[in-house]
Amino acid sequence: MSNLDLGRMQFAMTSIYHFFFVPLTIGLSFLVAILQTKWHRKRDPEMKRLAKFFGTLLLINIAIGVVTGLVQEFQFGMNWSEYSRFVGDVFGAPLAMEGLAAFFIESTFLGIWIFGWGKIPEKLHLACIWIVAIGASLSALFIIAANSWMQNPVGYELSAETGRPVLNDIGAIFTNPIFIWAYIHVLLASAVTGAVIMLAVSAVQIRRKINVSAFTKSAKVAIVALIPSVILAMGVGSELGVMEAEYQPMKIAASEAQWETCQPCSFSLFQIGGGNDDQNPTRIIQIPYLLSILATNDPNGQVLGLNELQAQYEETYGPGYYIPNVFVQYWSMRVMAYTAGFIAIVGLWGAWLWRRGKLTTSRTFLWVAAFAAITPFIVNTAGWMLTESGRQPWIVQGLMLTEEGVSPSVSATEIWISIITFAILYVIIGIVWARLLIKYARRPLPEDTPDTPTDSSGEKIPTLTY
Amino acid sequence: MDLPIIWFVIIAIFWTGFFVLEGFDFGVGALHSVVGKDETERRVAINTIGPFWDANEVWLIVGGAAIFAAFPSWYATMFSGLYLAMLLILVALIIRGVSFEWRGKGKTQRWRNSWSGTMTVGSILAPLLLGVGLGDLLVGLPINADEQFTGTFWNLLTPYGLLTGVFLLLMCIIHGATFMGMKTTGDVRVRSRMIASRLSYLGFVVALGWAAWTHYLGSRSVLAIFFSLLAVLPILYVAPALSAGKEGRAFAASAVAIGSSVAMIFASLYPNVMVSSTDAANNLTVAGTASGSYALGVMTVVAVVLFPIVLLYQAWNYWVFRKRVSAPPATPPQEDAKTSA
Ligand code: HDD
Ligand code: HEM
Ligand code: HEM
Repeated sequence: MSNLDLGRMQFAMTSIYHFFFVPLTIGLSFLVAILQTKWHRKRDPEMKRLAKFFGTLLLINIAIGVVTGLVQEFQFGMNWSEYSRFVGDVFGAPLAMEGLAAFFIESTFLGIWIFGWGKIPEKLHLACIWIVAIGASLSALFIIAANSWMQNPVGYELSAETGRPVLNDIGAIFTNPIFIWAYIHVLLASAVTGAVIMLAVSAVQIRRKINVSAFTKSAKVAIVALIPSVILAMGVGSELGVMEAEYQPMKIAASEAQWETCQPCSFSLFQIGGGNDDQNPTRIIQIPYLLSILATNDPNGQVLGLNELQAQYEETYGPGYYIPNVFVQYWSMRVMAYTAGFIAIVGLWGAWLWRRGKLTTSRTFLWVAAFAAITPFIVNTAGWMLTESGRQPWIVQGLMLTEEGVSPSVSATEIWISIITFAILYVIIGIVWARLLIKYARRPLPEDTPDTPTDSSGEKIPTLTY
Repeated sequence: MDLPIIWFVIIAIFWTGFFVLEGFDFGVGALHSVVGKDETERRVAINTIGPFWDANEVWLIVGGAAIFAAFPSWYATMFSGLYLAMLLILVALIIRGVSFEWRGKGKTQRWRNSWSGTMTVGSILAPLLLGVGLGDLLVGLPINADEQFTGTFWNLLTPYGLLTGVFLLLMCIIHGATFMGMKTTGDVRVRSRMIASRLSYLGFVVALGWAAWTHYLGSRSVLAIFFSLLAVLPILYVAPALSAGKEGRAFAASAVAIGSSVAMIFASLYPNVMVSSTDAANNLTVAGTASGSYALGVMTVVAVVLFPIVLLYQAWNYWVFRKRVSAPPATPPQEDAKTSA
């Protein structure tokens, strides 16, 4: 494998891994903040116990989000030094702002929240968890701004001297249409992730008939958060598709395996064949007009095909192969959309049972909801495969090819060493994470003891006095 | 002053702040099973930094991101050149970070000992390797005219780099010990004070040699000389301050010393950011690697607005948890009694 392939493999591996934890942190921190607010308002002790319970899960998760994030930060320079050199002027600014504006807030107030039970005034303590949640969503803001710039570079001019992009309009970075829609989509995706996990944990507990009354409350909070989030995520996602069709037409054409230009275009629900070389797949089920609607918001809209786009790109950028991996595109789009549909159905099913008073008694639903825990991770991964693989062969759309971005001074052996190191480390960490999460998710609710400061293990034992 | 210089100073401030703050975290991590003889005492040691260490680590993240944003070529050459060292630093920070959160989550002594082990190893490796990396910037690495590193992993292990690593590690340990002396009670406090006092003499000798070598290598500006004095002399005050019972002052002394050491590296480095041992013409410089003035201007505004706020709420964090951490005088908590029996 070339250094290019190795670098891509490593980036894909570490980013997908980081993004298992990130949306759960964002989503769960808001939900914990909501539980604690409810306790604060109504003085329902069960809400407080729930906040502490889910707070512990949040902490187990954040620990890994933080350490895997460090890897992301270093990796640009390690494996993609020429890319870093090329884009640093523009790309570095949001990254540096992320640290200053988001990570500091998040980590400081999280420390105060964990250790501050009973130590600082209740209102201030409540404010801390809200600030953590806002900090987490701010860090996503800056990183998505950076990523969106790679999808659709704006706000720069090319330096006459070095040929590199130089920032000249910071406002453009944050009004980039790809950024605005992608950021909303990611926030909603995070809400979905948090809500599905909260629902799944509550379902497990209800099935085990422990603290049923409390966990019914958290299940309801989760359902109320889930339904609008998932429906909005789907709506915003389809708008993101429209944006893509405008700025990265290759991506949308590839995700529909649309080789020839069409008007109006139908959407294929399922197909056989249609890999990278097969231009005539057997479409099993088609929905007329749907692709036109998705890509242009117009039932009669035109969608350019891959072959025509390839010809256009060759004219603009010179000879080369500009079509991303069609197979990956086609299936990641479908996995995301179908799994999203499944999540929406689970949410609506829960709401329907709730109305009929059967939320805690339908064992099938509780079973399905428990296993739905893995679905957000599938959707998120598929979404990013769609986004990032669809950007190929560009590392910065239209400006720099991925192959030009690799570090020339790094040998294949070194990249192998780091891939293997991270693989081993991440597998171990992942296993511990999953086991701890499952163990703590199955524990009974903590007692409502008076607030004494606890230590980072979240244990109620007041070992230490500050 | 023009913008690239301002940003060089800001980056130096972040790295200095990082070592002043995370420095004692590293020290506490490295020493927690030395000063803590039983489970409760170890927890006392770890909990002195519990509310702080994560926010302290962000200083490194911002320090790195600021290099990326303000001096992209410096970031690119340094991070790809120091490849395997960076990998090891990441491993150290990862195993250390998860240890803090996970150590208390298991009930068996074996579980706790394992994560205590990773915490110690990570806390030692991280400052050691970061020190080697910082030293290499100054002593020089093989870098060609295309700003590319041309050596191998072994080229990173320069004698001066290694000394810088050992020196910063030693300073972190002293700094961690003075911190625990200030933040704990009982036996942990006594042991920490003893370690800090004894190591401070060794620290002084190493500091002297290191500072002389640094002067020999780098620019001997007034600023560099100023920082070298502040890096060396305060270490001598640690032991007397501790025996006079002034633990806060001992901590202040180790903080000044470790911070000045890092500041001295940057002062000696200027106007370079990375020295080339191949040819001085290939040195990466502040002026040569800086981003455009628009980008630097935007970031200056952001930093000027946000940084004071960050300092304020971090200070508030330290104020909330300003008291000493101590073990309860009564019987050990049930759970511990159960498992250690
Ligand atoms: C639980 C989360 C979730 C859900 C329910 C959906 N998505 Fe999504 N999607 C993501 C989570 C996500 C994501 C992981 O967060 C991505 C990756 C990059 C991004 O910006 O968000 C994403 C990206 C993404 C992109 C690519 C954006 C780009 O290339 O810049 C498109 C076109 C869609 N989505 C479309 C949809 C559609 C049509 C959905 C409804 C059926 C949908 N998403 C549901
Ligand atoms: C938001 C900030 C992100 C930035 C700046 C970013 C940047 C990059 C870069 C530089 C590469 C390597 C070059 C390339 O292959 O094009 C890459 C590849 C990749 N990234 Fe991202 N990434 C981000 C987020 C993510 C996330 C969160 C995920 C997954 C959950 C992800 C998934 C991938 C994948 C799968 C690849 C490999 C694509 C391929 O080579 O086919 N990215 N990204
Ligand atoms: C590939 C590019 C990425 C880089 C360079 C990166 C960098 C980092 C770093 C350095 C941290 C540790 C912060 C700390 O110590 O507190 C971190 C954590 C975090 N990152 Fe990323 N990240 C990337 C992708 C993403 C994406 C795509 C998102 C969100 C959509 C995101 C959101 C977060 C959040 C919320 C945290 C806080 C910790 C947690 O939530 O578990 N990051 N990231």
